[in-house]
Amino acid sequence: METTATRISLRIWTLLVVLFLWIPLVLICVYAFNSSNIQSWPIAGFSTKWFDTAWHNQDARSALVLSLKAAGFATSIALLLGTAAATAVSRFRFFGRDTITFLLVLPIALPGVVTGIALNSFFSNNPIHHITPSLRTIVIGHATFCIVIVYNNVVARLRRTQTSLTEASMDLGADGWQTFRFVTLPVVSTALVAGALLAFALSLDEVIVTTFTAGAQTTLPIWILGNLRLGQQLPQVNVVVFFVIVMTVIPVAIAARLTRDTGILRRR
Amino acid sequence: MATQTLPERRSVSATIPSAVDVRLLGVRKTYGDVVAVDRVDLEVEAGEFFTLLGPSGSGKTTTLRLIAGFERPDEGRVELSGVDVTSRAPYERDVNTVFQDYALFPHMTVADNVAYGLRVKNVPRAERRQRVHEILRVIRLPDVGDRKPIQLSGGQRQRIALARALVNAPKVLLLDEPLGALDLKLRQEMQTELKRIQREVSEVGITFVYVTHDQEEALTMSDRLAVFNEGRIEQIGTPADVYEHPATEFVAGFVGVSNVLERDGRRFTVRPEKIQMHLDGTGAGEPGRIRDVVYVGMFTRYVVELDSGGELTVVKQNLETSSTDALESRGRPVRLEWRPEHTFDMERPGGQA
Repeated sequence: METTATRISLRIWTLLVVLFLWIPLVLICVYAFNSSNIQSWPIAGFSTKWFDTAWHNQDARSALVLSLKAAGFATSIALLLGTAAATAVSRFRFFGRDTITFLLVLPIALPGVVTGIALNSFFSNNPIHHITPSLRTIVIGHATFCIVIVYNNVVARLRRTQTSLTEASMDLGADGWQTFRFVTLPVVSTALVAGALLAFALSLDEVIVTTFTAGAQTTLPIWILGNLRLGQQLPQVNVVVFFVIVMTVIPVAIAARLTRDTGILRRR
Repeated sequence: MATQTLPERRSVSATIPSAVDVRLLGVRKTYGDVVAVDRVDLEVEAGEFFTLLGPSGSGKTTTLRLIAGFERPDEGRVELSGVDVTSRAPYERDVNTVFQDYALFPHMTVADNVAYGLRVKNVPRAERRQRVHEILRVIRLPDVGDRKPIQLSGGQRQRIALARALVNAPKVLLLDEPLGALDLKLRQEMQTELKRIQREVSEVGITFVYVTHDQEEALTMSDRLAVFNEGRIEQIGTPADVYEHPATEFVAGFVGVSNVLERDGRRFTVRPEKIQMHLDGTGAGEPGRIRDVVYVGMFTRYVVELDSGGELTVVKQNLETSSTDALESRGRPVRLEWRPEHTFDMERPGGQA
């Protein structure tokens, strides 16, 4: 039984939390349209000139391209391995199944610093082959947490799916591959898309693991951080951050929509 | 390996075209310490409506899954039309299953669901469409092809699951409590419907193997049935056989009412409708007293405590009795009489199985 007073205070509290989370984001988006190159409130005037400057900034551009490449590759790897792992774990009972589940999910709970240091030390100090930082090392670093995202989405979907569906498919004469192609894959497809979008968004703005695995390369978030630290090109940084926010919020929103109900399995 | 121990069986099934569609030989299946199916032997003849009846956990569904190929037996073998299929995958067996939860593919239309088996076997599109159309007509749902399973009622989904299996014209159709999720009225309708469909498709000769825990369903639908208990078969026979000559106490109790008496060292059962009840309490028969009365509309069920020990359930049609008459008879002394040919000897429980 909640009184009117508690209801109102709950609403105010919720509002405050939402504001706390969103005001900085909104602020930086507003600054992106600031006509002055000095950040002060209120903004001096409305302008889109920094968008033009940022667009023609070669450093920002190459950072963006590197980030998109890394996110693209990491997401692809995550889709492949995450789906395979999810299918194996939910379809089969085998020795060490629980351990594998734990090991798969662990990277997302590990602090990025730990993952970063571990990977960095492995790349440079492993006894077999010294791996120099490259796009490859960034992709491997990002894949560690992207796999979990896809895996979790697919496992959740498979858990909600009747196990008898694959049996029915086999019963009707479809072999393992046909069953995967015609039944399993379509049933998990929206979970896959959602997982991929989330993984892409996470990879795009990852800083910590990237710092340890990128070497001298600059991804978009690292470029932002660098400029921020040196206090350079701040208006352009605002524009790039605005861009990153949009690039992250849109996929996450779509992913949330896709997994809000059971996707194709949802009731009318 | 199994064929070496059973050479004569093998030569028989190889030379004479067998009329047996499904044969289980000493099949055993365990899950850890639990024995789900314990050395079951079973023969289902071609074209038969054969029911596996038993309480939950008695091994009937596991037996069905062993026939379908979803489970592999630890011991024994499974034959379909005389061919050993024990180690074959489900998609290499000429059987189709109607699942308890229907297992319709949610992302496909009804027509695509029904056509699935034909599609993975590369049946040409035109023939596929023709056969789907045909089978939807047989199950009397000709117009739902374009819908998604989610848009159908429970009864309709049940029929589509049936159509999806039947369209492949399998040798054997396996049905795993297919009517379990339907309400009573719909269930009774579907019972008649299933029999009609089996007759209608019988030119291709489809054998039905049906799993249920509902004894009434088993008795009304089956040509023969096997009664399962704790992983073993207690009795195989026609419904009349099993009902009127229950071989064990378990069968007597599970199929119908358990009316077991022990007199002069003899354990036997009498079916409730075979017992005459003399309400005046005099004359021939065993004396007793009515302990309980249940008025069921068409008939009344009396539980009578016998003076010489034990109790029997008696059923009387309400020809002239009203419900008040029936209920007032509680506590009255009666005599029960039955003909010796209506009694059947029981094996002692746990004596031999």
